[in-house]
Amino acid sequence: MKEQLAKIRAEAISAFESVKDAAALDELRVRYLGKKGELTAVLKQMGRLSAEERPAMGQLANEVRAALETALDTASHKLEAAALSARLKAEAVDVTIPGKAARVGRRHPMSAALDEIKEIFIGMGFTVLDGPEIELAQLNFDRLNAEEGHPSRDWSDTFYFDTDERVMLRSQTSPMQVRAMDSMELPIRIIAPGRVYRKDEVDATHSPMFHQVEGMVIDKGVTMADLKGTLNLLAEQLFGAGTVTRFRPHHFPFTEPSCEMDVQCHKCGGVGCPTCKGEGWIEILGAGMIHPRVLEMAGIDPEQWSGWAFGMGLERTAMRRFKIADLRLIFENDVRFLEQF
Amino acid sequence: MNLSRKWLNEFVKIDAPDREFAEAMTLSGSKVEGTAELGAEIKNVVVGKILSMERHPDSDHMWICQIDVGGDAPVQIVTGAWNIHVGDLVPVAKDNSWLPGGVHITRGNLRGVKSKGMLCSLPELGLDERDFPYAAITPAAILGDYHPIDPEKPSIPAEIELGRKIFGPVVAAGAGEVKPLGGGRWSVALVWAEDGSPVGTTVETGCQNIHAMDLVAFNTKTRTICTLDDLHAEQREFPNCRPSGIFVLQEDCQPGDDIKAVTGMDDQVVEFEITPNRPDCLSVIGLAREAAATFDKPLVLHTPEVKGGAEGVLPELLDVETPAADLVPRYTARMVRSVKIAPSPKWMRERLRAMGVRPINNIVDITNYVMLEYGQPMHAFDYRYVNGGKIVVRRAAEGEKLTTLDGKEHTLNANHLVIADEGRAVGLAGIMGGLNSEIVADTADVVFESACFDGTCIRKGALALGMRTEASAKFEKGLDPMNTLPAVNRACELVELLGAGEVVDGVIDILNNVPQPTVLKLEPDKINALLGTQVPGEEMVRILRRLDFAVEGDQVTVPSWRADVKRMADLAEEVARFHGYNNIPCTLMRGQTTQGGYSADQKVENRLGEVCRACGYSEILTYSFISPAAYDRIGWAPDEPLRESMRILNPLGEDTSIMRTTALPSMLEVLQRNYNYRNKGVRLYELGKVYLPGGADGLAVEPKFLTLGAYGAGMDFFAIKGVVEVILKELRAADVEFYPCHDDPSYHPGRCAGVRCGSQHLGVVGQIHPAVAANYGVEAELYCAELSVEALLAARGADPEYVPLPKYPPITRDIAVVCGEEVTVGALEAAIRKGARGLLREVSLFDIYRGKNLGENKKSVAFNLVLRADDRSLTGEEAEEDVKSILETLEKDCGAVLR
Repeated sequence: MKEQLAKIRAEAISAFESVKDAAALDELRVRYLGKKGELTAVLKQMGRLSAEERPAMGQLANEVRAALETALDTASHKLEAAALSARLKAEAVDVTIPGKAARVGRRHPMSAALDEIKEIFIGMGFTVLDGPEIELAQLNFDRLNAEEGHPSRDWSDTFYFDTDERVMLRSQTSPMQVRAMDSMELPIRIIAPGRVYRKDEVDATHSPMFHQVEGMVIDKGVTMADLKGTLNLLAEQLFGAGTVTRFRPHHFPFTEPSCEMDVQCHKCGGVGCPTCKGEGWIEILGAGMIHPRVLEMAGIDPEQWSGWAFGMGLERTAMRRFKIADLRLIFENDVRFLEQF
Repeated sequence: MNLSRKWLNEFVKIDAPDREFAEAMTLSGSKVEGTAELGAEIKNVVVGKILSMERHPDSDHMWICQIDVGGDAPVQIVTGAWNIHVGDLVPVAKDNSWLPGGVHITRGNLRGVKSKGMLCSLPELGLDERDFPYAAITPAAILGDYHPIDPEKPSIPAEIELGRKIFGPVVAAGAGEVKPLGGGRWSVALVWAEDGSPVGTTVETGCQNIHAMDLVAFNTKTRTICTLDDLHAEQREFPNCRPSGIFVLQEDCQPGDDIKAVTGMDDQVVEFEITPNRPDCLSVIGLAREAAATFDKPLVLHTPEVKGGAEGVLPELLDVETPAADLVPRYTARMVRSVKIAPSPKWMRERLRAMGVRPINNIVDITNYVMLEYGQPMHAFDYRYVNGGKIVVRRAAEGEKLTTLDGKEHTLNANHLVIADEGRAVGLAGIMGGLNSEIVADTADVVFESACFDGTCIRKGALALGMRTEASAKFEKGLDPMNTLPAVNRACELVELLGAGEVVDGVIDILNNVPQPTVLKLEPDKINALLGTQVPGEEMVRILRRLDFAVEGDQVTVPSWRADVKRMADLAEEVARFHGYNNIPCTLMRGQTTQGGYSADQKVENRLGEVCRACGYSEILTYSFISPAAYDRIGWAPDEPLRESMRILNPLGEDTSIMRTTALPSMLEVLQRNYNYRNKGVRLYELGKVYLPGGADGLAVEPKFLTLGAYGAGMDFFAIKGVVEVILKELRAADVEFYPCHDDPSYHPGRCAGVRCGSQHLGVVGQIHPAVAANYGVEAELYCAELSVEALLAARGADPEYVPLPKYPPITRDIAVVCGEEVTVGALEAAIRKGARGLLREVSLFDIYRGKNLGENKKSVAFNLVLRADDRSLTGEEAEEDVKSILETLEKDCGAVLR
């Protein structure tokens, strides 16, 4: 019997080790360890043994069973591992095949540039205002100190809805300064982006409709130095740290002193090139200290309060920000253009 | 405004190179748009002297010239011009030279003869006869060049011989020696035959194109050589006898001299952008004052001195009345007699040309010169046409007619200001003189007008007549009334300097409204507080004095030409300009903190855009104005109330003439454009305004709309509806309903849904009507949605509140019901929800089936139902009760029976 057990052990372990698939392994399990298997058959002979032999033989039989079960487990694991590995191999893909496109729409570059500007000013405590595009000439001009006779009031420059020149398409976002002064509590910090209209034929740099963003601060003790500091910050945020700016005197009826801000040409670094028309500088925006007369007309005492304002063309900023060569692309909305941003 | 730096230097010496000059002027407030050398395009063009001329062996009209260009050896140049002679000084474009317009001249071969350059005409140098009046050419008719129009009937016999009579006293004569007499005159030795015997004489001529051996037509009676006009010949009959040719110089110059220096094109011209508040800078003196302050150099001005003494007493000769006194703050005039109209001298012509003004004659040039120098428009008119010796500055009579110098006739009204004599208008005040009083060759007595007119009146008048002139552009900005007198004196001084006439003593000067000077208090602390600077008071005084502001203590008297300076902020700008804008420090804002950020509505709008982009739709921007025809294209009925649009009275064109009341046409145009570009799978959105008449104050109501548009693979009604559903879900809009919309003319009647949230109409979604798509030339199916942003904001649900996750398992049931085709899925869903008894958590459609086995006009619709209780596990029986009730309701409400 001892020999029988040894033989079963040797045969079974060898068979388990060389088994090829799960079905064969199961067959072997039944053959050696099943209820009608070889080991059971041997154990059934235990009754014939003497009482002295029985414990030792019982222990041996248990050892053999444990050994077979371990070998069966090992073989089973080996088969599983092999099967998994084969499956993984079969499931392998060519990872260089392009992914399935998840469609995401794009923000229009003009809006993207505007979003950046809004974020900058919101961070400084500004509120974003929206206002009418069909505007009273009184707000677009008179209240901004552009008296009758100002050339921008000409029919060749401004779109009108009536012969009295009362209602017009706003030619600038600046009437929002007046609307803010009329409706808000002091101090005021606002930006007002939106569409504006001027009678320009469409070409690579002109459009009868374009976008501006107006900015205005009214507070006690606001200075031109504050204006410069804020606009420098804007330029750095928009065009990158180290952007060099300069301020030039200019004229707007509703600011005094008035200025324009240029940034140094990114292409030539100020030496002069076709991009900056040889000037070395590119005009970015107009600004100034709010004209005391404009404050007075809004019932604000210029002896107590001062403020600054700026107005900036957004198309030009977007074009500069994204190096877009032709303004017409902005309003053409060709998806091959839109999807680049 | 162009500025000649040579002219500028007469008032202030500044030798900074152009770039430095431009930068400094720009930073002090006079923006330089560009700088250019007048003759920048001309290179390697010099004065040449013609040493010899011989006829080209292979051409009937070309000459081979040897020319001294100042080098060691003369150069050979072949020319087709006939107006040159040995000894003439001419402009020579040498080998490898450049002329205006980018013309590059190199050596070449002309019919086998080498030519090392080109002789230049005035136009080839960018000039014309007005710049050099002496260079005008009157050609003689050279008979050898005669080409009859009809070869069968020549008016001059082909084989014309010396001495043959041509007609009347005109005979064919041969030219012998041609000698220059100077001043554009030549003496020509001629021979012809009379009665068979040779006759000879020498005549003087101004025709430049005669050379020895030429056969010319000679009028024996007037003893002149005939021009083409004398022969009544057309240019094409004498193709080489042209009134153009080489520019023969009458300047004091040597061979080899740079032509730019000789013709005064060596000047630097600076182009300024002058802002409308500074009309004083539209003058050489005004800019010189700015330049002097910028570079801190002395400004040397000149006070005109007039000798006068012409015959006559001014008040007897001329009487001026200004009945329209409100429109004529000041009217100043002087008179010049014994005028000799002639070209003005070279220095004056050069300066005018440098500033972009064409020379005409001495009197007209003087008015232009003074306008440029002083910024004061001047007008000169012929005294003999001022009837009654009386000038009346008045409003035009209604319907009064006047023909201006440009030859155009205008019908005037009381809004126009005219200069008139006793009976009729002789000029449009401040705009343009009248043709009836123009300075002409035989003008003898001239009135110089130097006036100050009301800016608004001139502007409106010029605008109404469509004739904005240099003068009116200046007047409309409001000129300095103190400038009229020095300007008119300067003009008279120039008349005397040029010997153009004699000035009558005295001045007519009517002052109707000359304002007192503005006096301001200088408050350095306030100026520094506004600028954020610490500029000392003394420095401010120094800056203001440099600009000719008078400062006494703290009293600042503003000069008359600075009407723009009215208060402290204006003085602050003057200080800032010359202290330097870039020397103002940069600080960040202090003061009370304000809470910034987006409003709740703005946040939702931003979110709407984000959701659209997340759904694959890209943002577009379109014009707010459209064509009225757009409403036809989108299929709107003629009586559609929304056609009522705000109409622009002065649009750029019909296509951009009305403010859109719907954004749909804009979207369709963009879809069309992309379709034409063959772009595939296009998905777009616009968040933009429409403009509805009827707002407060005569303005519009400007609601925003979210417009979606798409075409291409994967697009169908349900794809775009899905996006609308995502948007509404994002807004947590409750009680949303899509209902069939058959009557929107822009949309496919069977594939269009209205969207509402409770009673709030949100908009419409669907396929664009194929007829509308065809209007845009698109054959593909276009899908659009239009949603009112205002309604979307109103439909926004409450902020989310946490609902505990289900603890008990659901029971799901699939049901399929058969119903009529006309029953909508929406109606079935509504019936299901209605029939449920509180356990139904979700309903989802999963199949629609049609088949013969169901019968005509029937469909089977299958739903998946999820039933659940929050407080217990459901039993099958409980679920069945709900399903039973649902099925009963489906049958009762929709006639739908379990399949």
